[in-house]
Amino acid sequence: MENEKKTGVYGERLLNGLIKENPTFVLMLGMCPTLAVTSSAINGLGMGLSTTVVLILSNLLISVFRKVIPDGVRMPAYIVIVASLVTVVDFLMKAYFQDLSASLGVYIPLIVVNCIILGRAESYASKNSVDASIFDGLGMGLGFTCGLTIIGLIREFLGAGQVFGFQVLSLEWFTPISIFIMAPGAFLVLAFLVAIMNIVRKKMDEAGKPLASPAGCITGDCAGCASLSTCTGKAVISETVETKVKEGGEES
Amino acid sequence: MDNKIKVSSSPHVRVGSSTSTTMLIVCIALLPAGIFGVYNFGVRALLHIIIAVAVCVASEFIFDKITKRPVTINDFSAVVTGFLLAMNVPVSLPLWETALGGAVAIIVVKMLFGGLGQNFMNPALGARCFLVTAFAADMTNFNCDAYSGATPLQLIRAGESVNPMAMLVGRTAGTIGETSVICILIGAIIMILFGIIDLSIPASYIITFVIFMFLFSGHGTDSTYMVSQLCGGGLMLGAFFMATDYVTSPITPLGKIIFGICCGLLTGLFRCFGANAEGVSFAIILSNLLVPIIEKYTIPRHFGYVKPEKEAKK
Repeated sequence: MENEKKTGVYGERLLNGLIKENPTFVLMLGMCPTLAVTSSAINGLGMGLSTTVVLILSNLLISVFRKVIPDGVRMPAYIVIVASLVTVVDFLMKAYFQDLSASLGVYIPLIVVNCIILGRAESYASKNSVDASIFDGLGMGLGFTCGLTIIGLIREFLGAGQVFGFQVLSLEWFTPISIFIMAPGAFLVLAFLVAIMNIVRKKMDEAGKPLASPAGCITGDCAGCASLSTCTGKAVISETVETKVKEGGEES
Repeated sequence: MDNKIKVSSSPHVRVGSSTSTTMLIVCIALLPAGIFGVYNFGVRALLHIIIAVAVCVASEFIFDKITKRPVTINDFSAVVTGFLLAMNVPVSLPLWETALGGAVAIIVVKMLFGGLGQNFMNPALGARCFLVTAFAADMTNFNCDAYSGATPLQLIRAGESVNPMAMLVGRTAGTIGETSVICILIGAIIMILFGIIDLSIPASYIITFVIFMFLFSGHGTDSTYMVSQLCGGGLMLGAFFMATDYVTSPITPLGKIIFGICCGLLTGLFRCFGANAEGVSFAIILSNLLVPIIEKYTIPRHFGYVKPEKEAKK
């Protein structure tokens, strides 16, 4: 009985990261690497996987230490944990994947300040058990990896006629639409994918199978919540805040 | 847009113009430059115009059908967009790239933002900039049967001499509709006579540009240089046909002048200090982005409105 319940939580966390709260297309977190490194599918995949590794380990460590980290200094504590992990990953990549490391450049060290990692630490790992946090990190990381790889695939295909570095469209008759491997193309592709995701979610809502249920609203602290942008419950809260402000204004 | 009715108290002024008649007049005003482009560059220029217009109208129709909106192609705005886009491409551009530009103009720049009246930048120019970024080599290749080599602006930049008279008539290399200053001015006069545009944006644009070039180009006192800068590139086409787009230019009188000054300054900056010889299209779409701010600060005072006095310090 206990085991069944647990596997349910694991599956739910994975699905949550991959689809419901996909960091790229739903939460819109980690936009900096999303836009900057996805000029090819392999870059997107590499960035996504290295972030996933850091995310799983940081969720694990933060969840382990969640009861000993004082609330007042929790952010510096998270940063120290994440930075140590990123340094390890950075060195490993430099040792074993030199090409990838060179093409991702500064964006690997910048995983330290990736808001997906801090967001999950703050909103999930610091409040939940170790095993659930690991699966949350795995789900989020895979969601991020999928997002980046898809964007990279589309940009590489349209902008260079390649898929994972292989020339699939012959340059003899195909003129690469090079805007797609430049910065504006990242914005265009991301915007279209988010739009498609929103259409899918709307269709699912209409069919009675809502994808975006506010998952894991534990504290009611909307300001620090990672799912603020998608949460359907926040309207109620902001309304009450507004009425409070109005009442206050009338009194004075 | 045509079927929107606003109910207000009388008296009512009835104006015969509508979106479709306005757009039709713009099309007619574009015809001289278009016809000259076909005469100058050959039948392929006509193909560009037909394809761009057809793709623009078709993409608007298809988008309306897919999103189940009322079909809006009868207002001719897509025709104008397509026509302007074709005016803005070199004749040697592969035809499918023109078609792609038309689809980008209508679907990405116009319809996704809500259709006519909602787009934040001129669709034709947005698509031109898309094409310039996507196919840089094709969009700056001005070799064709009639002319080979560089546009007048590129020649000036390279320090070679140009013939201002040929630029006035339009017998030079360039994009399809930008070469003939005389034909563009005929179109501009048609639009002014019908009350489609007023002179405030084009005038402030061109005057600012002249002052900027006088001060910063280093050839300010050379009248041949100045004339060829004015007649070269897309400046005239941009100032009269694209900066004056209703949707993407300010509506307030002061705002129009500020908008023109922005366009002029940016064009001068791009031409003097930029990497390319031409900068009109980027200057105009950048200014398009400033329009909401310009409008916010130039709203005219209501009749009889008195500024509330600042509360006295207690």
